[in-house]
Amino acid sequence: MRRLLFCLLLLIAAPAWAQDLQSVLDANRDQIEKPSRQTIGPVIAEIAASGEGAVAFLEAWGDRRVGVTDDGRFAIIDGDAAADAVTGAAVAGDVKALKPNSGVRGLIAAALVPAQLADPDTARRRAALDALGRDATAEHLPALRASLDDPDPGLAARKTRLERLLTVRFDPDPAARVAAIESFAGDTGADVQAALNPLLSTTRIAATELPADANIARNLGVGSDLTREEAYRLLVDAELARPRLSDAEQKSALSANISDGQVGNIPVANLDSPDARDRAYRALAAAGTVRPAASADDVDAALESHVFADIYDEPSAEVTDAARGTLNGLVFRERAQQSVDITLDALSLASIYFLAAIGLAITFGVMGVINMAHGEFIMMGAYTGYVVQGFIANKTVSLIVALPAAFIVTALAGIVLYRLVIRHLAKRPLETLLATFGVSIALQQLAKNIFGTQARPLTAPDWLGGSVGFGEIISISTIRVAIFVLALLFLCLFLYITKRTRMGLNMRAVTQNPGMAASMGINPDRVAMLTFGLGSGIAGIAGVAIGLFAKVTSELGSDYIVQSFMTVVVGGVGNIWGTLAGAAMIGGLQKGIEVLNPANTLAAQTWMILFIIIFIQFRPRGIFPTRGRFVEG
Amino acid sequence: MLIRKYPSVLIFLAVLAIFTLVVTIMSQAYGTGAIPTSTVKLFGKTLCLALAALAMDLVWGYAGILSLGHMAFFALGGYMIGMWLMYARTEEIVTATLANAPIPATPDEVQQGIAGQIFGVVGSTDLPLTWTFAGDLKIQLLLVLLVPGLFAFLFGWLAFRSRVNGVYLSILTQAMTLALALWLFQNDSGFRGNNGLSGLQNIPGLTDVPQSTISIWFLWASALALGLAYILASWLVSGKFGSVIRAIRDDEARVRFLGYSVEGYKLFIFTLTAMICAIAGALYYPQAGIINPAELAPIASIYLAVWVAIGGRGRLYGAVIGAIFVSLLSSWFTGGKAPDGNLGFYTINWVDWWQVLLGVAFVLVTLFAPRGLSSIIDAVAGLRHPMRRGKDLGPDLGALREKEAEA
Repeated sequence: MRRLLFCLLLLIAAPAWAQDLQSVLDANRDQIEKPSRQTIGPVIAEIAASGEGAVAFLEAWGDRRVGVTDDGRFAIIDGDAAADAVTGAAVAGDVKALKPNSGVRGLIAAALVPAQLADPDTARRRAALDALGRDATAEHLPALRASLDDPDPGLAARKTRLERLLTVRFDPDPAARVAAIESFAGDTGADVQAALNPLLSTTRIAATELPADANIARNLGVGSDLTREEAYRLLVDAELARPRLSDAEQKSALSANISDGQVGNIPVANLDSPDARDRAYRALAAAGTVRPAASADDVDAALESHVFADIYDEPSAEVTDAARGTLNGLVFRERAQQSVDITLDALSLASIYFLAAIGLAITFGVMGVINMAHGEFIMMGAYTGYVVQGFIANKTVSLIVALPAAFIVTALAGIVLYRLVIRHLAKRPLETLLATFGVSIALQQLAKNIFGTQARPLTAPDWLGGSVGFGEIISISTIRVAIFVLALLFLCLFLYITKRTRMGLNMRAVTQNPGMAASMGINPDRVAMLTFGLGSGIAGIAGVAIGLFAKVTSELGSDYIVQSFMTVVVGGVGNIWGTLAGAAMIGGLQKGIEVLNPANTLAAQTWMILFIIIFIQFRPRGIFPTRGRFVEG
Repeated sequence: MLIRKYPSVLIFLAVLAIFTLVVTIMSQAYGTGAIPTSTVKLFGKTLCLALAALAMDLVWGYAGILSLGHMAFFALGGYMIGMWLMYARTEEIVTATLANAPIPATPDEVQQGIAGQIFGVVGSTDLPLTWTFAGDLKIQLLLVLLVPGLFAFLFGWLAFRSRVNGVYLSILTQAMTLALALWLFQNDSGFRGNNGLSGLQNIPGLTDVPQSTISIWFLWASALALGLAYILASWLVSGKFGSVIRAIRDDEARVRFLGYSVEGYKLFIFTLTAMICAIAGALYYPQAGIINPAELAPIASIYLAVWVAIGGRGRLYGAVIGAIFVSLLSSWFTGGKAPDGNLGFYTINWVDWWQVLLGVAFVLVTLFAPRGLSSIIDAVAGLRHPMRRGKDLGPDLGALREKEAEA
């Protein structure tokens, strides 16, 4: 089989005057010893066509393993030993290695491709295909077509695809190219785009009239499609018009021609306006000292008398039409995929905001206690995760330990904060805000003092490191999926606690009417304390989750605090569904704005906050306002 | 009339005048030189901060609007004056450079030179639209008042109209500050991104005057502004207007039901204090020399609230005392001048621990001394407040409390 293929290749590649390797080498001795990229091409072709031993010789030559013996024979060097290139007999004595430069080695590699494509070794065939995919020329097309019949089905499919791609690029027959282009309709592969896009490359030309055979992409109108300056620059570049004078050139010409404090009879001191400078330059030009510059009238006339167009580099209109049609189809599919991608992005951002805000939804939303140190609880949770990782090396185990540890640490911190500060400031929300803010300043600095100012890593276990892919373009990192799942989990947990447990019942009773709840035998203070602990604890768990993808610093919490409050306020205080809607809205909005201006996430945040401020105008109580007698103000 | 109602005004002005005079006499430019120029600048800046705190006290201590965005107006004022300072200064330099060229420069060339100098760092060579009037001191001074004023008016109108109040308003103002800071952080917003405006201590046209002299001028200007603002604030809060805004603070709904336009009063005080803050900022940043968007960070506005709270809100002098006390203490601690506290097992480096101390002190003040430092003055003057602790006697928040009824 291999012999057959090889012979077939030789039939295609080899000219009628094929000679054996020995005579080819002898005939081209000088060229082979000192090859030049410009002239070595035919020699390589001749060697490739020379049959037995040619492939081995070319491979060795490309690897810089060919040398010349003392008696002038070519030898293939293998480590310390060397063998004659033609006979294969061992060679004794000094062998001077040849050093073909990289250009020549490229040509050698290209000449080897046909042989490698038919090689019995699958790995070599694959390597040859890879090389061909990166860099192919028209000559490879017949070789590839000859070797399409591959025993390996995977490689056969790749060869077929590559054959069509090369047909698009190199086939001389436009009909074959169009057929190949159309066969790619709906294919989003990057290689297809790489093959199709160059077909649509254009050159911008200016001419008195367009050449009749040009494949015109579009005619350009001066003023609408391109500015007058651009159009005139095209004319100047095409040497169809005289260049205009730039301000700097005019200035240097003027200053070079100062005589007696005057330029062109205008005193230098008066040359502080463009008008005066123009007059002086015209006077100089009239005197013949400087070359006359194109005047505004010249520019008008030149622009009038020329046409401007974008012309395809590809001469065949059918091919460009087909390529454009196929690419447009691709663009549509890509847009659809991108929007799915953005939706997923927005979803994951929303779940981060939701996670950061859910603790707040309990303390601020349900209890009405504003806790500016909430962000610091998030930070505390993240640092707890970091500390736990210091003790437990196994990342998965440490994560499993860190989540409840963070809950306990921050819940305790929350309970302490409640007992020491917040309880004494009941019904004084502004004071609560300020006092908890003091706590936040102190905690932040404390974290800086303990852990330093540099970011601490909180490494995710390996199974969270990868990404989950759907299709070719959409992929979402596993960690974001995990955060989404965690957010969902917390939503369910929150609903379960508030709706199905005794604690939740007490909680709702105390928030609605503490006096009545107290007379029913509930201790409002205790319930409020536990509720606050729960909210703070959830903030700690959110901290671990956020720390997994963001760096853990003392400012981790304050980065999220404003957004978290916004989430709760926009959603509607006292309603978990509101928090969910708020998070979805803020996350979606931020990603949406980012799409409009992808380079600038700062702008996205600015606009998002502005939007929220305006949104609050229309729904001051949020998306899901709390209704009922117990609503304040 | 004002003096009779507010005897503290005279005392305050006297103390301020004496302080300014003493500093002048001990300065390097006009006196013995006992106080270095950097300290004079520190005093000048502190007076500006006190002015901002005074405004904060008006809006928070008297009207009950806890704005966490007044430092944004302060910085905006600084930006407005900074634009002129930077433009005019660069204009001097560019003109001097271009004067050496054989051909005099056109106005366009001068402007391009300035734009290239100022905006080279953010990769732009065009003067943004926002800098249209930067070359004109009078317009720019007007903008110091107008830009923050209009901004505060619009924001306040939107917020008060939809009855956003209490903590919601605080969070909203904080969000506004954050949005403004984020916007200024962008390179293409036309304010040099995070580079901010720099070299503001070089006053255009006063290149020959040494910094020691300029620092005294700014000290006087800051003291004058603080004195005038204090008189204005005392006059405002002593009259009927003051009674209404205090009533709004205590129970907004009742004032509304009495027929007062609560929104109008709040909007007025919010905008006015924003403008006072802007003036303070315009005086502060030429002394500080540099302004960048970090100055607008929400934390700055919260520090303003901290000063007022520690000084004692609802007392004009309280705000001033708080700002001066805390900011001087803060620069003493963070400047590394404070001796390390030795606990035996651990040495407290105050540069690191000052923030913790401040945070804890703030919590303690909020909990135990809602009137802050001014409660000392109250105690000296024999003023006592009814004890508003204890259980409610009436149906709602405004009602008398247990202890109050006993007193």
